[in-house]
Amino acid sequence: MFAQAAAPRRVVVTGMGIASPLGLGVERVWKRLIEGQSGIAAIQSFDVKDLPAKIAGQVPVGTRAEGGLDLAEWIPVKDQKKMDRFIQLAVVAAVEAVEDSGWMPEDEEGRCATGVMIGSGIGGLTTIYESSQLIAQGKGKRVSPFFIPSALINLASGHVSIRYGFKGPNHAVVTACATGVHALGDAARLIAFGDADVMVAGGAEAAVSEIGMAGFCASRALSTAYNDTPTEASRPWDEGRDGFVMGEGAGVVVLEEYEHAKKRGAKIYAEVIGYGMSGDAHHITAPSDTGDGAFRSMRAALKSAGVTPGEVQYVNAHGTSTPLGDDLELGAVERLWGDDARGLAMSSTKSAIGHLLGAAGAVEGIFSILAIRDGIAPPTLNLEKPSKDSPIDRVAKVAQERKIDVALSNSFGFGGTNASIVFRAAP
Amino acid sequence: MSETAEKVKKIVVEHLGVDEAKVTEDASFIDDLGADSLDTVELVMAFEEAFGVEIPDDAAEKITTVKDAIAYIDGQKG
Repeated sequence: MFAQAAAPRRVVVTGMGIASPLGLGVERVWKRLIEGQSGIAAIQSFDVKDLPAKIAGQVPVGTRAEGGLDLAEWIPVKDQKKMDRFIQLAVVAAVEAVEDSGWMPEDEEGRCATGVMIGSGIGGLTTIYESSQLIAQGKGKRVSPFFIPSALINLASGHVSIRYGFKGPNHAVVTACATGVHALGDAARLIAFGDADVMVAGGAEAAVSEIGMAGFCASRALSTAYNDTPTEASRPWDEGRDGFVMGEGAGVVVLEEYEHAKKRGAKIYAEVIGYGMSGDAHHITAPSDTGDGAFRSMRAALKSAGVTPGEVQYVNAHGTSTPLGDDLELGAVERLWGDDARGLAMSSTKSAIGHLLGAAGAVEGIFSILAIRDGIAPPTLNLEKPSKDSPIDRVAKVAQERKIDVALSNSFGFGGTNASIVFRAAP
Repeated sequence: MSETAEKVKKIVVEHLGVDEAKVTEDASFIDDLGADSLDTVELVMAFEEAFGVEIPDDAAEKITTVKDAIAYIDGQKG
């Protein structure tokens, strides 16, 4: 089958949607982000007394007009209960992205050329927890017929395809915290190689729940020192960092073959020019101690983009605010960029929204695209005193105006999986 | 309207997200109220919970309209 492969086609971004702790709606979230606002707060939605970490980034409740989430505005009541929250958030972001793109195929050919690839790191964790509670209480017969389709990760893609009649490739990525970047990169490749002309791609996560928090607390991954000052908890590269802050949300983009987008006069945000991946082969949760996995992932992405490190002006870091990971990634970027590190801006937007796990790469990809569009590097909040000096400008606390033509976004996940994606200004 | 009928209709409205006026006694869950087969499974479970009755699968398969549900539940409650 690959023997007949044609030359890869160009892929551009024509629609974007976000549900995040800074609210709903790409432009609103971006504005809040570059103003330096934080979406991290004390958890109110369940009892946290037994949890060492008591804060998170949760999607605010409210109307669409004010940037909050009122599910009734997005999903019919009858369908809401067929979806775990991660699917609901995926649908919300996908609706915004599809509406933004203006792409609504009117014939069967167009529908069959439009696919969906929305992943999640964990999927319907809360639904699994609640259903298992029923069994523990001897109420196994009360397990909902919607339990399985509500928990399955690929049902985010399934629901979006059903809603719009998109009959092209229907796929889902599951690579922990690298999911979002893998979804964007893999979907771009499907277009590049002709499997689809348009892909709705992204990631969604909703693990801010008792069981999700308990699990990440047990793996000693979360910040616990800032429960009383939640907005200060996510502090990538700062010497006071002590773990990541859980976040929930979804990021979805519409990727489109360049000529297809041009022909219909679509607004083009940016071009996806490169994508790279690597594996650490080191440890289930810890990054490799040399940052080698991150290094090879970024190097592969730049190679596929055909650009040198010096041509990249902005990196959206994985930068989760964990003691080990932040400086390893920084070291890998310094090594790859060499003398060009001095001109580079790199920030971690997790400082404002927390770590959205499987949604992180998609949301941060959107931030990287907006950084190009507006010539603004979003800030790394709470970076008061870096634990390690670097020639790289980490955009401490305040956004910076910069000319950005090319941006790279990193995501690394448990299991030692790494992904990097490269965007360039619209052609 | 009997107490059972009122409660059944309320459950149908909540679970299928349909307008109350559409939930007539003759209404078929699938043909008139937009339910699919999984929706009807869930609906039967909701009836069991609300009325404290057991509805075995072979009986559940025969409950296709609002009227069927009311009759079955009244029969069980004796």
